[in-house]
Formats: sequence, structure tokens, C-alpha cells
Amino acid sequence: MAQPCVDLALTDEILERYPRAEPSLIQVLQDVQRAYNYLPCDALVKVAETLEVPLAKVFSVSTFYKAFALDPQGETIVKVCTGTACHIRGADMLVEELERQLGVGPDQTTEDFKFTVKTVNCVGACAMAPVVIVGEKYWGSAKPSRVEKYLAEGGRDEN
Amino acid sequence: MRIESRADFAAAQTAARERNAARRQQVLVCCGTGCLASGSKKVAEAFSAEIAARGLDAEVGTFVKTTGCHGFCERGPLVVLQPLGILYTRVKPGQVPRIVEETLIGGEVVPHMLYKNPVNGERVEQYGDVPFYAHQVRVAMRNIGRIDPTDISDALAEGAYEGLARALFDLTPEQVLEEVAVSGQRGRGGAGFNTARKWRSCRDAEGERRFVLCNGDEGDPGAFKDRSIMEGDPHSVLEGMVIGAYAVGAHEGTIYVRDEYPLAVVNLSIAIDQARQHGLLGVNIMGTGFDFDVSISRGGGAFVCGESSALMRSLEGKTGEPRAKYVHSTAKGLFDAPTVLNNVETWAGIGAILAHGGAWFAAMGTDRSKGTKAFSLVGKVKNTGLVELPMGTTLRHIIYDIGGGVAGDRPFKAVQTGGPSGGCIPEQLLDLPVDFEKLTEAGSMMGSGGMIVMDDRTCMVDVARYFLAFLTEESCGKCVPCREGLTQMLQIFDDLCQGRGRPGDLERIERLARAMQLGSLCELGKSAPNPVLSTLRYFRSEYEAHINDRACPAGICRELTAYEISPDVCDGCHVCFTSCPVDAITGTVKELHTIHHDACISCGACFDVCPTGAIRTFPKVELEKEAV
Repeated sequence: MAQPCVDLALTDEILERYPRAEPSLIQVLQDVQRAYNYLPCDALVKVAETLEVPLAKVFSVSTFYKAFALDPQGETIVKVCTGTACHIRGADMLVEELERQLGVGPDQTTEDFKFTVKTVNCVGACAMAPVVIVGEKYWGSAKPSRVEKYLAEGGRDEN
Repeated sequence: MRIESRADFAAAQTAARERNAARRQQVLVCCGTGCLASGSKKVAEAFSAEIAARGLDAEVGTFVKTTGCHGFCERGPLVVLQPLGILYTRVKPGQVPRIVEETLIGGEVVPHMLYKNPVNGERVEQYGDVPFYAHQVRVAMRNIGRIDPTDISDALAEGAYEGLARALFDLTPEQVLEEVAVSGQRGRGGAGFNTARKWRSCRDAEGERRFVLCNGDEGDPGAFKDRSIMEGDPHSVLEGMVIGAYAVGAHEGTIYVRDEYPLAVVNLSIAIDQARQHGLLGVNIMGTGFDFDVSISRGGGAFVCGESSALMRSLEGKTGEPRAKYVHSTAKGLFDAPTVLNNVETWAGIGAILAHGGAWFAAMGTDRSKGTKAFSLVGKVKNTGLVELPMGTTLRHIIYDIGGGVAGDRPFKAVQTGGPSGGCIPEQLLDLPVDFEKLTEAGSMMGSGGMIVMDDRTCMVDVARYFLAFLTEESCGKCVPCREGLTQMLQIFDDLCQGRGRPGDLERIERLARAMQLGSLCELGKSAPNPVLSTLRYFRSEYEAHINDRACPAGICRELTAYEISPDVCDGCHVCFTSCPVDAITGTVKELHTIHHDACISCGACFDVCPTGAIRTFPKVELEKEAV
């Protein structure tokens, strides 16, 4: 997918905050991910040059860790926890229901860039399994029949 | 106020206790991740507003405190009223005025908001009498739920940093090591390595810089005790790390926190700032001349980074690939310097060990596993949540007396411990005393304390497949036995679960498992076959049914399972009709409903919602036989 142009000033600001050396790489990438909602290619080049880390290594780290995405993500990330407790309490059915509602499976983004669906290994909220997280909002004891409601309420955490 | 001496510390503690004593009534609202999700922040706000409106704060000294996770997340939001000791569960903001009116002012209990014991249906008034809490012995989790994790004075009032004061003022580093050795504490992260021995080898290793690290990359699915400790009592972790640093002679430390735990990062950051301001962290700690500071590193989201050498590579900004262990990280760890890495729960216990003495800790537990251990009791059990108990407690006690038994009173099938490196323990071993050795003998592992209860509606082949799929995705790919072994094994399991199992598959699985155990570089690969081997050991007939009969006895594997409605049980309530995602059920209210096999995707949604138990499963092959 062709990537949109990005404002590299944000990347420069982030790089200012860390020592210019390899140990900063992951923390820098986390901030870049947060700033753009993904890791734009141009930003990775800039990070590689500034931290004096080969671009191949930056790319290797970017693809190794789950927190990073190389494609633009939806406005709201919908995460289905698929930890053991959620698995035995029916997390699969939630993933399927999301697919029915949004037309996209795990690690995919809707065409209008509203939602990206992800599965996560365990969010540590096992006592409330199964769990769906829409944006910042956690839904415990989640049921497929309520998925539509979870999406409609969006990711605002008003709790 | 900066603490510059022992007298300063005592004064700070006294001031904190006096402040708390002036709060004659306290409303403790749990604001851990679980309760927040259930709306506890609004409950806390409602209490503050109601109490202020009635002037109780000024007149009576009523105080609202938001605490860390009580561990009983399923019943959240939880509210505890002190000094009455009353626990209210599932509190809604709308109920707050009534609680203030009747309990805080009137001193009367609101019965229907009390916890109801699912075993006998009785309401329990006192927090300490709820069976879930009554049996617990809390060391690492001693202050969670009692203190506001963002207020260091609250922690000080409960005895935080007392262990550190004793270490710095009364003991030499060598004496600290001895005290920890006497406690016999072993690492709470999974492997169970002796803490004092680990510290000693780091201290004896040559190097100018030393590091003390905290492993908060709690990756085992089904375990969340480290999350709860970091969120609910971050000072216990910091105190342990400063003591460890003093013992091994380190001045720099890092806490590696999982990316999925945002609240833990927030509360740890606040705690670090407050500890620095109070002179309990940073330069010249408590005026003793000892320097040690801590930073937080957010993980990138990779299960393998819970492995020690992978975690250190990650801190160096690299991909989290483990290295071979002929060089110990205590000698060459982070940036090749001597490094001590301990789990969150291990660190949280250290302050208590120093404050109460190693012998106090060693008096609890079993011969070779001392002290207490935190578990996340989850899955198909009535009371789910966090429990801390002396080592050697039986599984039966944990699941039935504390957990209240299997949810829905279904038959117990197995309990999974140790996450993807652990195994499934069957009913005949329920009286097993839980410690490091006994779990390993049973083919499982302590791991990070996840305990997932499974009922008869759990397929053991599916559970093993689940862990294989998890590990296949999380294997870093560096060594062949793990990377390829997992991929091949997962293919065999996909075949088993989809009715393509062949004779000889079980032997192939066992051969692959052996190769992975022997040849993998790190513990992820070496222990990866455990869920497979333990389920094969105790539930072999279930595997054989998948291969020989093309049947899933638990009725879980979809390609092998069909659903039907028993005509004599169905009362036509229509709930299944509404729950079916693919409109495979027909029927009108008060009439018999029917499942159409050509449209049914065997998801089991109807089974889970049917109130009369009218829906039953049977092997799909029977449909094919009928068709012939």
C-alpha cells in the first residue's frame, strides 16, 4: 500500500528526547507508533540515521515486536483478548462476530480506517474473561450478541 | 520531605500513620484494571461527591481512597468500608447515596449488596470472612487493596520501606544476602531459582557496572498477579529492588513492563517520583550514601522477552532473541555487565523478608519451596481472581474452598498451570500440594502462577492446540527445533482437530516433543511440548477419539461436532434463536426449536445460552452415516 506523506517534525521531536544510540531504539519506535498510529517508512529511515543503527536492524525490530505496525491503523483499535481464560470462555466467537460486523479479520483495517481488529495474547483481565477492548474501553464478560453495542459506543473510556 | 536519617524515616512513618488515624471512616474503592472496566472510577467519584455534599469529610473524617486490585475482579467494582470491614460487590454509582445514608451514617448493612457465597447462598458481611479472602496469606500482595498506590504516605503507614531501612542501617550487604538465603525464597517468575544464590553470583562476578532488573513482562496467558502488584503496590517492587541493589552493589535498575499494562506504567512512574522526592530512591538513599535509581522500559509485545536473555537484548534496543546459557546473565547480562533479574512478585516479597526476617518467611511453605505464592485463579471457576497462599496448599483447597468450585457446578476436568510452558493436571491429582517440585513431577510447572480451571466442556486436544498456536506465533525463530518443531506439531494438531488425524500421529508428536526438549536454545522451546505431553499423559483417550472415531468427546472441535435440540427438554424460550449468528435455528416462541445442520457452523453459542440444557452435542460423523 502506498503510504501517505507524513510530517517528519514529529519524529524529530521524539528523537530529541532520547540519547542517540541503539538502546533508545525501541522506546523511540514506541513513541513514533503512538504519534502516527503506525511506523511510517520515512520515519524509520530518519530513526535509523539519527540513532546510527542500520535500517535493516530498525526494520527487524519493527517487525519483531507486536506493538509496532507498518501500515496505517484504524482510528480505533479493537482488541480481542485470546489468553487462555478468554479462549476457554469463547474468545473465538467474539473474533468471528467482529468479522461479521466489520468485514475484517485480525490484523486488518476497515476500508474507512475506522477500526483495526487485533487479537492479543492476554491483557491480564482474566477474571472478567472473555475481554474485548475498544480503544481504551475494556468490556468484560463480553458476549457476541453485544459486539455491535461495544463498537457503537466507540473507544471513549468514560469509566 | 526528604528522608536523611533513620530518625527521619521513623518520623515520616509516624506522620503517615497519624494522618491515616485521623480518617475515622474510609471508603476503599478498588481501581485496578478489572474494577475500572466495570466502572469503579464513577463509583469513587460518586462517593466523594455524596460525602462532601453531606459534610461527612469535615465532620466525621470520612475519606474516599482508590486502591489497587483486590484480586476479586469478577465481582467488581468492589467497595470496602473501614473500620466496619464491610465489603460491597458490584457497586453502581446509583447505589452510593444509599450506602452513605445507611452504612456510613446509620451504621447498618445493606444486605443485598453484600457478597453472596455461591456455595451455600449465604451473604457475607465482613471482607475478611469472604472465603475467597479468609484462606489467603498475603506476603507479596500484603498492601494491595489497602493502600492508594499513588500515595507514598499510605504505603509508609503500612510499613513500606521498613525492610529497606533495616537493610541500610543495620546490615551489611553480606548480611542482607544471608537474610535472603535464610528465607529460602525462590524466583516467582517460573524457573524457581534460589534468589540468594542468584544475587551472590552477581555480586561475585567481575565488572564495573552492575544492573538490577525487574521482569514485569508477565506474558503467560491467564496470569495477572504481576500486573496487580505493579498497579496496586508499586513501592513493594521498588523497595525490593533497592535492597537487592544494595546487596549486589548495583546503582542502576530497570523495570521491564509489558506493553499491555498501561496502568502499571502510570502507577510505577508515580511511585518512582515520590520515592525519589522522599530520598528512598536515587542519590544518597536515606542519607546513607548509597545510590540507586530505577527507570521503566515498556516492552514491545513479545512473549519471548519474558526469557531473561531476550529481555536484556530488548533493553539494549535489539530484537528479543535469547542466547545460549553457558554464560549466566549474573556474570554477563545487560550490556555484558553482571545483572540480577527477578520477577515482580519476587521483588515484592524481599521488603517483607527483610522487615520480618528470613526465618519468618521460611516457616511457611514446604521443604524445598518456602513462603507464599500468588496465583491467578481463573477459567471455569465460581470465584475468579488473585489468591496468595503458602506453598504446599492443595489444588482442591484452592479450587473448591477458595474458588468455590467449578462454575455452573459442571464436572471438573483439569486445571492448567504454568501457562504455555506448563501442563494440565487431572482430577485424580487434585490433592497435589502445590510447590515447584510437585507441579514439575505432575508434568506441569509453577510458571508465573496462572491457574486455569477447565470443565467437561473443554477439549484437551484443543487446549494443547491453543498453546501450540500461541507459541508458534511467539517463537522468536532463532533456533530450528523450536521454530520448525512448533510449526510441524501445530499442523498435526490442526489435522486432529479437523478430523484429519491419522494413526501414528501421537507417536510423531512424542518424537517431535523429545527433539524440541533436547535441542531448543531457551526455555520457551524446551518447555513448549509440556501442554502437549501432559494432556497426552492424562487424556490420551480423548486424543484417540479424535483420530479413531473422528469425534471430540467434549464437543468443542467444530469440524467434529454437531448440535441438536432435545424435543422433550426444549420449552421454546426462543433464546437460542436470537443467539445464533448464522440463522441456523428455526422455531417460534413456546414451540420446539430445530437446528439445521446444513447452515450450523457448530459455534456453540446456542449451547451456552440455553437455560434448560436442551441442546446437546454429538459427533458430526453420525450425520454422514445417516446420509449414507
